[in-house]
Order: sequence, then C-alpha cells, then structure tokens
Amino acid sequence: MATQSSRIAARLMVAPSVILLFVWMIVPLALTLWYSFRIYRLLSPERSGWAGFQHYAWFLNSPDFWLAISNTLLLVGGVLAITVILGILVALLIDQPVWGQGPLRILVISPFFVMPPVAASIWENLFMHPQNGMFASFAQGLGFQPILFLESYPMSSVIFIVSWEWLPFAALIFLTALQSLSSEQMEAAEMDGAGAMSRFRYIVMPHMTRSITVVILIQTIFLLGIFGEIYTTTQGGPGSASTTLPYMIFKQAVIAKDIGRAAAGGIIAVILANIVAFFLMRSMGKNLDA
Amino acid sequence: MGKITLHDVRKNFGATEVIPGIDLTIENGEFVVFVGPSGCGKSTLLRLIAGLEDTSGGVISIDGVDATALPPAKRGLAMVFQSYALYPHMTVRKNIMFPLKMAGMEIGEATRRADAAARVLNLTNYMERKPGQLSGGQRQRVAIGRAIVREPAAFLFDEPLSNLDAALRVNMRQEITELHQSLKTTMIYVTHDQVEAMTMADKIVVLNAGRIEQVGSPLELYNQPKNTFVAGFIGSPKMNLITGPEAEKLGAATIGVRPEHLDVVSEGGWSGIVGLSEHLGSDTFLKVTTDIVGTLNVRAGGEVRLRHGDRVNLIPQAGKVHRFGADGKAMA
Repeated sequence: MATQSSRIAARLMVAPSVILLFVWMIVPLALTLWYSFRIYRLLSPERSGWAGFQHYAWFLNSPDFWLAISNTLLLVGGVLAITVILGILVALLIDQPVWGQGPLRILVISPFFVMPPVAASIWENLFMHPQNGMFASFAQGLGFQPILFLESYPMSSVIFIVSWEWLPFAALIFLTALQSLSSEQMEAAEMDGAGAMSRFRYIVMPHMTRSITVVILIQTIFLLGIFGEIYTTTQGGPGSASTTLPYMIFKQAVIAKDIGRAAAGGIIAVILANIVAFFLMRSMGKNLDA
Repeated sequence: MGKITLHDVRKNFGATEVIPGIDLTIENGEFVVFVGPSGCGKSTLLRLIAGLEDTSGGVISIDGVDATALPPAKRGLAMVFQSYALYPHMTVRKNIMFPLKMAGMEIGEATRRADAAARVLNLTNYMERKPGQLSGGQRQRVAIGRAIVREPAAFLFDEPLSNLDAALRVNMRQEITELHQSLKTTMIYVTHDQVEAMTMADKIVVLNAGRIEQVGSPLELYNQPKNTFVAGFIGSPKMNLITGPEAEKLGAATIGVRPEHLDVVSEGGWSGIVGLSEHLGSDTFLKVTTDIVGTLNVRAGGEVRLRHGDRVNLIPQAGKVHRFGADGKAMA
C-alpha cells in the first residue's frame, strides 16, 4: 500500500463491498425514519399522510415507555454483571487441570448452542413452572410454597434465563484470555512474593481487561435486542412489568399493526443504542488499544 | 548471605526421571553457571532451587535452613526469566517496585530503592514507559532491576541472554559480570552456551542427562576435563576425540587434542587434506580429513595460508594430549 496507484487500486477494490454494506444499512434506516413520520396502520389502510412527531410523542407520553427503557437497561446491565463476574469465576475454574477437562469444557459451553426460545421454554416449563417445575418440587419438598417466578419476579427471571444463555460465551472468551497469560509472568509474580489473590488482582485481571471489554461490547449489542426470551416466557407481563423497548415495538407492529408507531419506536431504539454505545466506548474504548 | 546446598536432590515428572540425584554446594558470593546440552535438566534444577517445582526427593538448604518445602517467595531468591516475564500493563517503575509492594514496603523506601536500581542499570529515563516500548536489552535490564531491588540472598538467571542479538549478548554478559562484582551476591546462571559459561563463571557445573559431569573453575574444566563429555562440551571449536589404534598407542581408549594443540608441520604426524578453512584474521580454523584418525579441527595462526584441498601434516603438542579410558573417564 505504498504507492499512490496501489492506494487508488485498493480503494476501487473494496468499493463494491463498502457500497453494498452502506446501502444495506441506509435503506432500512431511511425507510424506518420515513415510516416513523407517516400514518401507516395495517388495519385502516385508507388513512395515510404525515403524522409529524405524533408517534414519538405517543411513545414519550406512554406510561410504559420509561418502564420499558429502564427494563431494557436493567436487562443489559443485569446480564452483563452476572455473566462477567460468573464468567471469570467459571473460566478460572475450568482452566484448572482436571480429569475430563475436554468434555467438561464442552458441557460448560453447550447452553450457548440452545436456541433462545428453546432455552426460555425449558426454563419456564421444566424449572420455573409453579406446578411441574423442579424449583417448585424442591420448594414443596422442603415444605414451602412454590415461588411464582414469572409472575412475582418477571424481570429477574428473564435476566436469569438470558444470563444462563450468555454465561458460556463470556466464560469461553475469558478462558482463552487466561490461557494466553504467560506462565512465566505468573511464576515471576510468585517469586516476587505475590499470593494467589495479589496475582489475580495485579496480573490476571489487568491481562483480562481487553477480553472483558470485548465481552461487554458484544453482549450489549445482542442484549439490547433481546426479544425471544420475553415473548416465550412472560409476554412482557404481568401487565407491563417485563416489557422492554424491543417488546414494546413488537406490540405496536404485530399486535396493534401500527407500522408508523413501531417505526418511531425503532428510531428511539437506535438512539438508545447509540447513547449506550457512546458511553461504553468512552469508558472502555481505551482498553482496546494495544 | 547466600549459601545454597543441594543434598541428593531428585526430580521425576511422572515416570520420567529428570534428575536422578544431585549433590552440590554453592558458596556465598559465587557466580555459578549450570551448563549442558538442551534437555540436560539444568533449567529444572534451577526451578527446583527457586521453588517453582517441587522436589521428588532430597534436601535444598539456603543459608543452613531447610528450604525444600518453602514456597518461592519465602526463599529470598530472585529470578530473571528467559522471556523476562515483565508485567506488560505496568510501567518500568511499577514493575521494579512490584516485589517491594508485595513485601509491604513503605512507598518512600520502595521508590528510593527503585531509583537506585534504575541508576545502576541506566533505566532512569525509561521509568514511566511500559515494557512494550523498550528494546530487548532494556527489558532485560528491567527484569534484572526487579530482581536486585529485593536484595535477595541469591539471583537465579534462566538463559537470560538467549533472546538478544549477538552484540547485545556480549554487552549484557559484561554488565551482569560487573553487577556480580559490585553486589557480591550469589548468582546461579543457566545457559547452554559454553562461551557464556567460560567467560562469566567462578564455578561451572556441567550437567548431562540430569547428572553432574564435573564441577570446577572454567580453566580447570578446560585443562583437566574429567571425562569425554566435558572434554567435548567445553571449548570452541570442539576438542578432537580420537579412538582406535592411535589412541591405543598411548594406552587409552580415546585421546583428546584441542584444536590449538595441533601443530601444522611439513612431515610426520597425521597426514590429511584440508576441507573447510575459515580465515578470521587472528586465527584460522581448519577442518582436516586425515588418513588415519578421521576429521580434526585445527586452530592455526592467522597467517596460515592453507586452502581447501591442500595436504597438511599435523602433530599434537607434547603433554597436551588428554587420555580417556574405556569408561570415558580421564586417565592419570
């Protein structure tokens, strides 16, 4: 890439993919933006025309909106906290030389291969179900009333299920980070008089910051859009207790069949994602520099 | 103080016996080099002394205290690793101060010691840099700095120069030797390079397959090798080891002649044809294929004008022939 002509050639070569990706991104965004200012209801197609900011106003004035925003952030934050902390502990555990290490690691990773609605159904029906669930039978065996997980603690239950799905991903990334830590560094720290806790704090944790950052960034992208687990289990309820922004948009698009309103919600979701991304990159972006 | 005594120290990895039993005394203030071919157990022995590996048997004592079961941090030893093992996320200053911080030393005293170490090692201008921004030689010095601030009973070096280029290696070799002169602390140095061993050591320990072949000063090993292994390992170019009728004439199974102890003469002796000839100016290294004793390394003067294909006659200097018995041991 040294000469002028090779630089121009390189730009020409990558141009088709860049243009394709740009169109791929900009067309749906532009359409969504367009619909968000239009009256577009599938149940009354005869009504059309400009809506102005009324869809946005509807969202901002909706009593569920701020709850949905806070639920979305709670879901992202809760799952991140659980998966990062437990992920580090699990990674430390399965990094130890034990008998059957290979199968053990596959077992630890396997929840990640279960599709989200399937995972949610398994948890709902086999574990959290008040009559048939394993937790209920434990509770009854100990003489307690079964806990109505999805009714009494809907958000916590959803966070728990999503964390179960994402824990293997975090643990896997952290495990590879642990394995790339040079053993001589650990031995040097040992010779320098650092105990196990000091080695973890001063050697292991700084070594892991980059992979922790990667896990947080990747998971945030996926967690902001979590939908299947809520749809399968609580359907956003009871009431609106477990409604998140994506679920609220789904209700407007598929249940109310109001495309204009749903599009406005989509744009709000894009803005929210950008705000989250901005703060994440500001606080952690420097960890990604080499 | 730093007197280290090994008594019948053994190490097995599973069923493999790496060190079958070693007795060795390292006196306070000595510069001891463990040398041997790769896989001879020299690094394992160093790690046993450091406490990074558990012994399978025997006793290691440091300054008269049984240290066999002590964890590495409690032995009062500092180690410099082959890869330097610097902490990449800490600045040079923090790297050097890390052992002091772990020892709970008060920050002022720790800073003072780190600065002193930096002055000795010419690192003063690099204290706020990260290891990634340093050259190989500077990283090496940081690793040494991290070792000296602790004022350990002994330093352990595990092939510390093998990642440096040739010129820097010679430099660092001298710096480490000078450091030993000024600190007068016991140093144990592992290398596979017999030149490093010869130039740095007060005492060389030649290891082969986990056994000590010979212990002695560099010149002792050079002049009186106890067996054919030491004879062949110490010295560059290698000593010529000759077996067969020529050795039997002197009543030995093997005779050894160093390259510099072969004289090029006009007639008599062993006749042969020059193969390779390397003219270094000060010396000329010849590889001569002789008619009766195989290929010999010869170190001749710089003014020798022999070329590939020339016929020469070689005679070993009187009294410079080493004789070894059938068991490989030197004969009186």
